[in-house]
Amino acid sequence: MKRYLPFLIVGVVAAVAIGGGAALYRAKRPRPLTIPKERIASSATESGGVHMLGPADAPVTLEEYGDFQCPPCGKLSEPINEIQHDYNRQVRLIFRNFPLVNHQYAREAAYAAEAAGLQDRFWQMHDLLYKEQAVWSNSTDARALFNAYAGYIGLNIERFKIDIDSDKVKERVAADQKQGVSLGVKNTPTIFVNNKEIDPKTLNPTELRATVDAAVKNTRPPS
Amino acid sequence: MIAALISAAGLAEATYLTVISLTGETAVCGGSASCFEVLGSKYAKIFGIPVAGLGAIAYFSAFTCATFAAFGYRRARLLLALTIGAMFLVTLWLLFVQAFLLHAFCRYCLFSAAMIFLLAGIVISQPASD
Repeated sequence: MKRYLPFLIVGVVAAVAIGGGAALYRAKRPRPLTIPKERIASSATESGGVHMLGPADAPVTLEEYGDFQCPPCGKLSEPINEIQHDYNRQVRLIFRNFPLVNHQYAREAAYAAEAAGLQDRFWQMHDLLYKEQAVWSNSTDARALFNAYAGYIGLNIERFKIDIDSDKVKERVAADQKQGVSLGVKNTPTIFVNNKEIDPKTLNPTELRATVDAAVKNTRPPS
Repeated sequence: MIAALISAAGLAEATYLTVISLTGETAVCGGSASCFEVLGSKYAKIFGIPVAGLGAIAYFSAFTCATFAAFGYRRARLLLALTIGAMFLVTLWLLFVQAFLLHAFCRYCLFSAAMIFLLAGIVISQPASD
């Protein structure tokens, strides 16, 4: 019996590793999320509106749940802007805050973007936060940098400083996050194209553009 | 026997990392930013195969050799030393990548490196003639 024991031990460990790995894969395998019809974003249905770039009646909607301190979100920010720019009349871009707890300044950055939004400069702050992500993420005083960014994009700084700590801004970020959680969003970036989640494995500029290309081709041009 | 237990722990960790690589979790933010930097980098795959998967195979080989060595198979000791030696060299390369190319450390990778150093220590302290 002792002669066969090492074979038995190795066989059992191999079976446990393969079986455990397969079970874990099944549990973690991403199931594409979808946004139910009644919760599709529109300016009219949400109090305070949504952060939307592009025509409200565009046939293709690219909706992102993002975290300003998340590196992959930062890497996709400019390519997404380019997609929206290239398909100006056919694609609308929606951004929702989903700050992750493990990112030290993510929530404050979301507040900064929302505070800028109260002065109609949300997208300018959005772009700047992503562009400068490496700087403020590694700083010891991100708030001072956010104030500087507010000045750079032409905000009324005194008003920005009040707004960034306001309940209105905090509630807005919390509402975005609550909506994401209710849809099943866990990670960032989570991107929906026409209300269907993009496979995280294809979240790169080339494949994202290909997905939007296909979505645009599948829709009739607006009359 | 200790080498077999350490290899089994390494196998469990490498299997976990292989799964999160295959499910695409390393392509998004959800865990630590440093882990994303490392596990989502181009160095985390070789010809499309996750390095963690190759690590799982290596740990399983080490476990197999250590188990047979514990039961007195002489050749298994030599094979274990060769396997751990190869894993040790790869670990040095991966630590170099994290420290000097990515400037980010993944805690899973550091845990794995610690286990391989332990295994190397065991192999060196217990020469084949024992």
